[in-house]
Amino acid sequence: MDLSRRELLAAAGKFIVLSGAALEAFESPTGALAADSKYRMADHWWAMTIDIGKCIGCGNCVRACASENDVPEGFFRTWVERYEVNGEDMEHPQVESPAGGMHGFPVRNTPGVKSFFVPKLCNHCAESPCVQVCPVGATYVSPDGVVLVDQQYCVGCGYCVQACPYGCRYLHPTKHVADKCTLCYHRITKGLTTACCEACPTAARTLADLKNPKDPVHEFLRVNAVQVLKPDMATGAKVFYKDLDGSVR
Amino acid sequence: MLDLWGARKFDRCAAKDWWGACSLTSGMKRIFEGSEHLIRLALVAAVLVLAFLAIRYALIPRDFGKYGHYRPGSLTEIAARTPVFAGRDACASCHVDIATAKSKGPHANVGCEACHGPLGRHAQDFTSQKPVLPDTAKLCVTCHEADSAKPKTFPQVVSREHAGDAACGVCHNPHQPKL
Repeated sequence: MDLSRRELLAAAGKFIVLSGAALEAFESPTGALAADSKYRMADHWWAMTIDIGKCIGCGNCVRACASENDVPEGFFRTWVERYEVNGEDMEHPQVESPAGGMHGFPVRNTPGVKSFFVPKLCNHCAESPCVQVCPVGATYVSPDGVVLVDQQYCVGCGYCVQACPYGCRYLHPTKHVADKCTLCYHRITKGLTTACCEACPTAARTLADLKNPKDPVHEFLRVNAVQVLKPDMATGAKVFYKDLDGSVR
Repeated sequence: MLDLWGARKFDRCAAKDWWGACSLTSGMKRIFEGSEHLIRLALVAAVLVLAFLAIRYALIPRDFGKYGHYRPGSLTEIAARTPVFAGRDACASCHVDIATAKSKGPHANVGCEACHGPLGRHAQDFTSQKPVLPDTAKLCVTCHEADSAKPKTFPQVVSREHAGDAACGVCHNPHQPKL
């Protein structure tokens, strides 16, 4: 090939400069939330409270989440488990969650057995294990305390899916990126509650803003026996369960 | 001028001392002689480094790392989704009569869309999405069918014993279910 070093270097230099300029032109404007929004991230620290004593296992939350967030079939951002604990055998509870409890649960009346429903979702941990393992900066805790996934940056390696101790993440079957509960970030930033809380008929789930001094969550945390899931893992989980049985994993 | 492309041939040892070794000046010459190879290498390395920096500059958004090790633009993208559920306040802003009636009964805290389904598009433009009236024969039992896992204080019935095949709506008004 008749190409002198000088020509090659000159061509390479042009290519670098021009491709840099082209990419710069394609880069979308970024920044904080939409300029017209009154929402300020620094004013919020989102959490959720779940009252086990109010959950009736109707599956409304699971259905609402699926339709609000286009959750692919067979995957769940939130789901409900039915626990049955026989006597003192707390280490071996019978747990079932047919289709994530989306269509409710088969009616069962077992008077001699302790049974209850446990709704689950991403705990939006402040010290999230999933965020710590992400190699590409695609998952993060937002300034208002929500664990989110940047689907443009996610390479679908699945480390976060393995790292989540609560099993709250999955790889999207068609997008091939990590997907999870966003705490309906598109709703809560518009002043709405999450889809699951909106659809919950008994207010077993309530969205909570820990930075809002008037939020009833403070009273909830003060007067009730409250527990997070797997507190020994020190994940800083922010889904607070009232009256959570010790058998719940 | 340096001859970068190596056309000129250098004498390996221009002046020799009496014992045959290169003199000090010729030693210095030897250090710099052939340096064009190194300079060429350094130039290639510099070009590569510059290319890396240019590509990096182009690919990483300016505000990356503003809040942490992530792209803040993704927050905007996620927040930009349109809600599917309108929320009970949106419903009550038009359906005042039903909202008032409901607020006096035991279903006061049940969201409208808990039974009627997501109606965000209806709330934006009521002609674009027509709500479907739920069938009380199927709807009510999803909550009220007796099950030992449900909280004891929650009103439950064995629907077959309670009403036979009759739909709940025959006797109960879902917005004010107390008879």
